[in-house]
Amino acid sequence: MIDFIIEHAVVWPVAVPITAAALAAMFWLRQDIQRLVSMVGLVLMLGASLLLLVTVMQDGVQARQFGSWAAPFGISFAADLLSAAMVMITGVLAVAVGVFGLADIRKREEHSGFHPLFLGMLTSVNGAFLTGDIFNLYVWFEIMLITAMGLLVLGKTRAQLDGTLKYAVLNLFSTLLFLLAVAILYGATGSLNMADLSRILATTEPSAALTLSAALFLAGFGIKAGYFPLFFWLPASYHTASITISAIFAGLLTKVGVYACFRVFTLMFEIEGSGLREAMVVIAAGTMLFGVFGAAVQWDVRRILSFHIVSQIGYMLLGLAIATPLAIAGAVFYIVHHIIVKANLFLVAGAIYRATGTYDLRKSGGLMRTNPLLAALFLIPAISLAGLPPLSGFWAKFLVIDASFQGGENWLAAVALFVGVLTLYSMSKIWIEAFWKAPPGVRQTARPVPVLMLLPIAALGAITVTIGLSPEPFIQYAQAAAETLVNPEAYIVAVLGESAGPGVEIAFDPATASPIIIEESVQ
Amino acid sequence: MNLVYAAALAALMGCGLYMLLSRQVVRIILGIALISAAVNFVIFFAGRIGASVPPLIIEGETALGPDTANPLPQALVLTAIVIGFSLVAFAAALALKTYRETGTLDTRELGDAEALGSPYTKEASSK
Repeated sequence: MIDFIIEHAVVWPVAVPITAAALAAMFWLRQDIQRLVSMVGLVLMLGASLLLLVTVMQDGVQARQFGSWAAPFGISFAADLLSAAMVMITGVLAVAVGVFGLADIRKREEHSGFHPLFLGMLTSVNGAFLTGDIFNLYVWFEIMLITAMGLLVLGKTRAQLDGTLKYAVLNLFSTLLFLLAVAILYGATGSLNMADLSRILATTEPSAALTLSAALFLAGFGIKAGYFPLFFWLPASYHTASITISAIFAGLLTKVGVYACFRVFTLMFEIEGSGLREAMVVIAAGTMLFGVFGAAVQWDVRRILSFHIVSQIGYMLLGLAIATPLAIAGAVFYIVHHIIVKANLFLVAGAIYRATGTYDLRKSGGLMRTNPLLAALFLIPAISLAGLPPLSGFWAKFLVIDASFQGGENWLAAVALFVGVLTLYSMSKIWIEAFWKAPPGVRQTARPVPVLMLLPIAALGAITVTIGLSPEPFIQYAQAAAETLVNPEAYIVAVLGESAGPGVEIAFDPATASPIIIEESVQ
Repeated sequence: MNLVYAAALAALMGCGLYMLLSRQVVRIILGIALISAAVNFVIFFAGRIGASVPPLIIEGETALGPDTANPLPQALVLTAIVIGFSLVAFAAALALKTYRETGTLDTRELGDAEALGSPYTKEASSK
């Protein structure tokens, strides 16, 4: 039994939440049972993520084939260090946001199916992190999209309907671009398995079809991830959702796009020498700058934070664009740090709303006196996001910026540093307006913030402090993850098996675009 | 013949993109549906057309015959159609709900998300 569980470690982070989602959907009219199922499911998912992380760290890349189809034909699941880290962080965040949701999500939203949708979205996020098949990745993206739209519009307010429409149209378009890229890639290579594609593309001559496919992947994932100039849907919709939902979106959804970019552009396409690097460098700089400028003008906490998601995404893309092992390690570290910090800031925004009754900074204030604990808990992620030492954001920014100096992109490093200063501006704006200044108008007493809200904020803050004070193991892990991304042999061997080295037994038939089995291997 | 297919796909995709740029939400959704159909065709043609023998393994054989059609794109297209259908259905339901709530589907008049927490209004409404 134990062996069976460990052997299939890569499957559980998807199997557990989808089962819980189905169970929660079965108890549609019983919100108390749904809540129980949801919490048990989230804790089990955290356990499954931990198991996967430990297994991957001990035994290297884990891979499973579904339905006993041999590797390039069936659907594979594979977890290397990056996937395992992403799944782990998803598990942590899901539990934290789930607990916060107990205090924040309204009865009305639970009636509309919050729990099944939330668990379904986590299923698709984990599925996207773990799949080893590019078409399967598309399917997870679509599941993620439809559950996310359901969550976004949960409160059925006019602003949510409008925001969801914008979210829906641009994200549908992006997944269609992604699907088009998959179609063109399949037409050119005849395979959909990412490990197999990596092997095939390494020996394929560059062609217009492949360039087009790579560009479409970048555009499709770029809309998902919120890259400049395709990020407009994000600040137009995220602030309308219920704050619990905004927090999990802010933490995970755009990062799935970033993860997909990392997977596709390290495993399959080369960044060097294909013109992709030049494009990515510009996109990264634009993403950082426009995100942070967009935030500077805002007064609504949620909108400030939404724009900051965009600007932070730029740092991750910066790491991928420079594409040295050091830069990719920095970006991996950045993603993990960012997911924790950004979701935490949204949770703090929820707590500010609970205490003052408004998200508008101009109307709030005085929290420093009435709620000093919340003030302290806000400072941790805020300072970390701005990148001040000794918190996790400092190390993340340090790694990425150091890598860009070493990669010879000095001006990018300068942009990154400048954006860091502006991030500090936005964070101090929230600090001064919501916490420091005297509340405007007639003095109202702040409402108490429930423990169920403070607990996840404190837990995520503790993780931020831990990463900040002892970054060494995390940086080592990120470097090992970057190493497997830059040299994907271990990943390929784990998925395709030892036999699938250079002596291929499966060939590609250009006439029918289907892989054909050469006679010897059949006999 | 390939050129004809390519031109037809380009036309379909162009119509879809044109509709996507419209100000009317219903047209936008129709545009998404058109682009979705065009992408499905691309998958289908990426599997090469020509061979029309059904991809069935004859009794006693262990592999497909030489001139069989490629079954994989058909499976992919089928999956993509189902997913595309459900998403367009959701978008249509969303548009209907929006119309009932706001009485318009003109994107110029749909400003509720933008108005929420806008930095330009003195009194930011929090509906």
